[in-house]
Amino acid sequence: MNFPILSIITFLPIAAGVLILMMPAGRKNETRAVALAAATLDLLLSGWVYLQYLTQDMTGYQFIEQYNWLPQLGISLHFGVDGMSAPLVLLTGIVMFTGVLISWGDDNPHVMAGIQDRPREFFAFLFLLAGGVFGVFVSLDLFMLFFFYEIAVFPMYLLIAIWGWVKTREYAAMKLTLYLFIGSVVALVGALAMYWVQYQNTGVLSFDMLQMESAGFSVAFQNLWFLPVFLGFAVLGGIWPFHNWSPDGHVAAPTAVSMFHAGVLMKLGAFAALRVGVMLLPEGAKTWAPLIMGFAAIAVVYGAYIAFVQTDLKYMIGFSSVSHMGLVMLGISTLNATGLTGAGVQMFSHGVMTALFFAVTGMIYDRSHTRMIPELGGMMKVMPFAAVGFIIGGLVSMGMPGFSGFVAEFPIFMGVWQEQWLVAVIASISIVITAAYIMMNIRKVFFSPMPEHLEGHVGDVTVLDKVAIVTLCLFMVALGMFPSIMVPMVETGVGYIMNLLGGA
Amino acid sequence: MFTPLVFASILPEILILVLGILILIFEPFWKEDQRRNVGWLTAGGLFIAMIVSLLFGRPGEAVTVLGGMIRFDWLGFFFKMLFMFAGAATALLLMDHDRAGHRGESYVLLLASLLGMNLMAVSSDLVMLYLAIETASIPLYVLSGFLLNDERSTEGGFKYLLFGTVASTIMLYGFSLLFGFSGTTNLSEIAAMFTTSNISPFVGFGVIILLAVGLGFKVSLVPFHFWAPDVYQGAPTPIAGYLSTASKAAGLAVVMRLFFAALPDFASTWTLIFAALAAITMTVGNLLALPQTNIKRLLAYSSVSHAGYALIGVVAFNQLGATSVVFYLAAYIVTNLLAFGLVMAFSRITGLEEITDYAGLSRRNPFMALMMLAAFLSLAGMPPFGGFVAKVFVFAAGVQAGYTWLVVVGIINSIIGVYYYLNVLKYVYLYRMPNEDEEQHPVPLTRPYTIALVVLTIGVILVGTVFAPWFGWASDGAFLLFN
Repeated sequence: MNFPILSIITFLPIAAGVLILMMPAGRKNETRAVALAAATLDLLLSGWVYLQYLTQDMTGYQFIEQYNWLPQLGISLHFGVDGMSAPLVLLTGIVMFTGVLISWGDDNPHVMAGIQDRPREFFAFLFLLAGGVFGVFVSLDLFMLFFFYEIAVFPMYLLIAIWGWVKTREYAAMKLTLYLFIGSVVALVGALAMYWVQYQNTGVLSFDMLQMESAGFSVAFQNLWFLPVFLGFAVLGGIWPFHNWSPDGHVAAPTAVSMFHAGVLMKLGAFAALRVGVMLLPEGAKTWAPLIMGFAAIAVVYGAYIAFVQTDLKYMIGFSSVSHMGLVMLGISTLNATGLTGAGVQMFSHGVMTALFFAVTGMIYDRSHTRMIPELGGMMKVMPFAAVGFIIGGLVSMGMPGFSGFVAEFPIFMGVWQEQWLVAVIASISIVITAAYIMMNIRKVFFSPMPEHLEGHVGDVTVLDKVAIVTLCLFMVALGMFPSIMVPMVETGVGYIMNLLGGA
Repeated sequence: MFTPLVFASILPEILILVLGILILIFEPFWKEDQRRNVGWLTAGGLFIAMIVSLLFGRPGEAVTVLGGMIRFDWLGFFFKMLFMFAGAATALLLMDHDRAGHRGESYVLLLASLLGMNLMAVSSDLVMLYLAIETASIPLYVLSGFLLNDERSTEGGFKYLLFGTVASTIMLYGFSLLFGFSGTTNLSEIAAMFTTSNISPFVGFGVIILLAVGLGFKVSLVPFHFWAPDVYQGAPTPIAGYLSTASKAAGLAVVMRLFFAALPDFASTWTLIFAALAAITMTVGNLLALPQTNIKRLLAYSSVSHAGYALIGVVAFNQLGATSVVFYLAAYIVTNLLAFGLVMAFSRITGLEEITDYAGLSRRNPFMALMMLAAFLSLAGMPPFGGFVAKVFVFAAGVQAGYTWLVVVGIINSIIGVYYYLNVLKYVYLYRMPNEDEEQHPVPLTRPYTIALVVLTIGVILVGTVFAPWFGWASDGAFLLFN
């Protein structure tokens, strides 16, 4: 048994959250300092895991830990990462770190950016959420996966309802929670069915997913249960036609929660759909892949088009997330190595990119008190740092070579072309639409003359905000310039999935 | 007759009786303003009784003692420990009730009903069972109507008494039919005599219906639930919590004993009846909880629906099903006691019970708000709280037994549940007191509340995270039901 690094990564945020709750309510800066310390430590640990996997192991599941939790039912705390999940663990570390930085804010009464009301509860709930997210990415036990999945869902309600945008927060928070809860319980029934059928087939009572992969589910069983399980999780991945909760949730959430939500939580859905749906029920996946591909293609184009017509900056990014997550689903639905690799990289790339978008949008909103694109302008002058960050994010979003978006989207389209060229052609329309709305908005928000009512009221972002922007940009550019720091790693994870899918 | 084994088998009951007598003796010597300390004595005494029973009263092999009246096994022991825990927590919560806390009778009545529940969990004979049920019920009728000059309480108590006696009578009729057709009152002998081969299915069906009506009342299954909201609202809040947890769990313990032990041959009939009852109970309980504005009535309907979830495990009628019922009840008892305790603590300071009155609680007392979060999310079935694993186990048992449709009904219902539980949390965390500064209206907790609520909160989290030991004990208990 090695050093239990994955358990530490998972339980550190939860422990830090409990510690923060114990602190006196008035000590806001001390609370934030503890939160930042915990987030930094978690980022370093997850970065270490990533580098270790990249430089040394590069095969199968590593850092495996297993503790019996409930032997009578075969539930164990079984952790491990592979090439698919290691980038997502790193992503969670990045978003957690930058999210805390952004939420530190500015308590100057003229600005009041970030989280100023009850930061203690805010960070505690946010860290509980982060712990749940880490837990899902590293769990190799189906029961524990559900356990952490639900932990990642319910703090969202509180985070959005308490600290969200006053106008829509109650509605959006309840809608989001109910959507996600419905999805997860539907998937849960499927998981229980798998558990008992495995017991009938092999006589083993176990929730261990590595064992379930060889449980010998019949094709009819897989065809029956694939859709509930896959779609149940994919609700959180924002798949069309169940994406409706997502833009509302993004818009209503406070900045750090939007970052978490779009940056990490939606990956949680896609990852769990892949891990449980595709990997445990590969025959079912083959049967239903065309349907998933159709849903995903609609999401890609429709999401991009709706983003194009938005006038609210946050809604625009929310729908662009639907479009980009559609690309992830599209990559998964190809069930070939190229497409799946693209999907894996896209999850990371989109996570960082959308976190950056929401961070910058939050900075603009906190200072100008509006998110309506027609009312904004001239931000380049007052917050050049944030503007450059947004532009880099925009280039990633458009899939420009040299940035991470290209590294991710190109293989997806290649993979789709191998399966069904027509879908690739239709989906590629979204690239044009995306380029159009991104460039129009950059022009309007950052380079057009500043409206009079904003003149003199809007100041620059804080140092901590700049650190967050630099961190996020760094990863996108690095991945764009040197795809070898991630692509080969994702390919090892994809290789494992391809084995389950029967070679190919 | 009184061998050490017999003594050990009723050790907890002996201790409870001694405790009750001690209270009756000492209470008059305490001054009026000191009498709330009887609560410390009750809770502490029950705590000691639990430890002594755990040390000296543990069952070994399942045996029948006292002339076939009592079955001494792990299942009964586990339930007894749960009831005594619930009783101790209720005593602590009762202490600062301004009209019941300083009266010794309330604690003695609580102990008397506890005695009855303990015996309900271990009875293996119809006569004993009936006596135990009445011993548990009659003190609760009195306690529900304990607030004499409160109309709601009197009405609730009287309603409970009337419906309770009618239900008991119906159940007694079922018992007498069982006796008449099998010629014995012993549960395991009934199982041998009352079989499908020598009893007509029509009679079997009738007997099962009579028993289900009587026990359904105790467990508040729909359509025998209508007493619950009125009684919960009228009764002193800690007693309402006790009714909704320990009393309900005792009823389900009897359901398992009676149907699993005495009527296994008619399993195909009664599982179907209970499946229907479970589906109706969950659905009606949750739907009626939706429009409630009073928090005690909300919890009343929510506890109706929770009986439905637990019943899924009974319907599964297998090893895991029985285990999951016991586990569910353990998680539910801790959670619901916490919820009622918080309601009690809040209304003691503010005198208010509407859900809207909870606005701003997270600013008035952040820790109480957190405990509220734990309680309500556990009721909603969210991890890391007890309600999540409990629900998963019950659903797993249902799927195993082939009752996937019932599990789907349960899942739809838990989604409805999430909505109204989160709605309460919305008031606690999101809304603010109208035109008031929350800092000026703190909600302080007295020491008994702090102890009880903190212990219960830790319990809710422990049941939901470190579930192996509880599951192991529940499983040991359930194992013997089938062997």
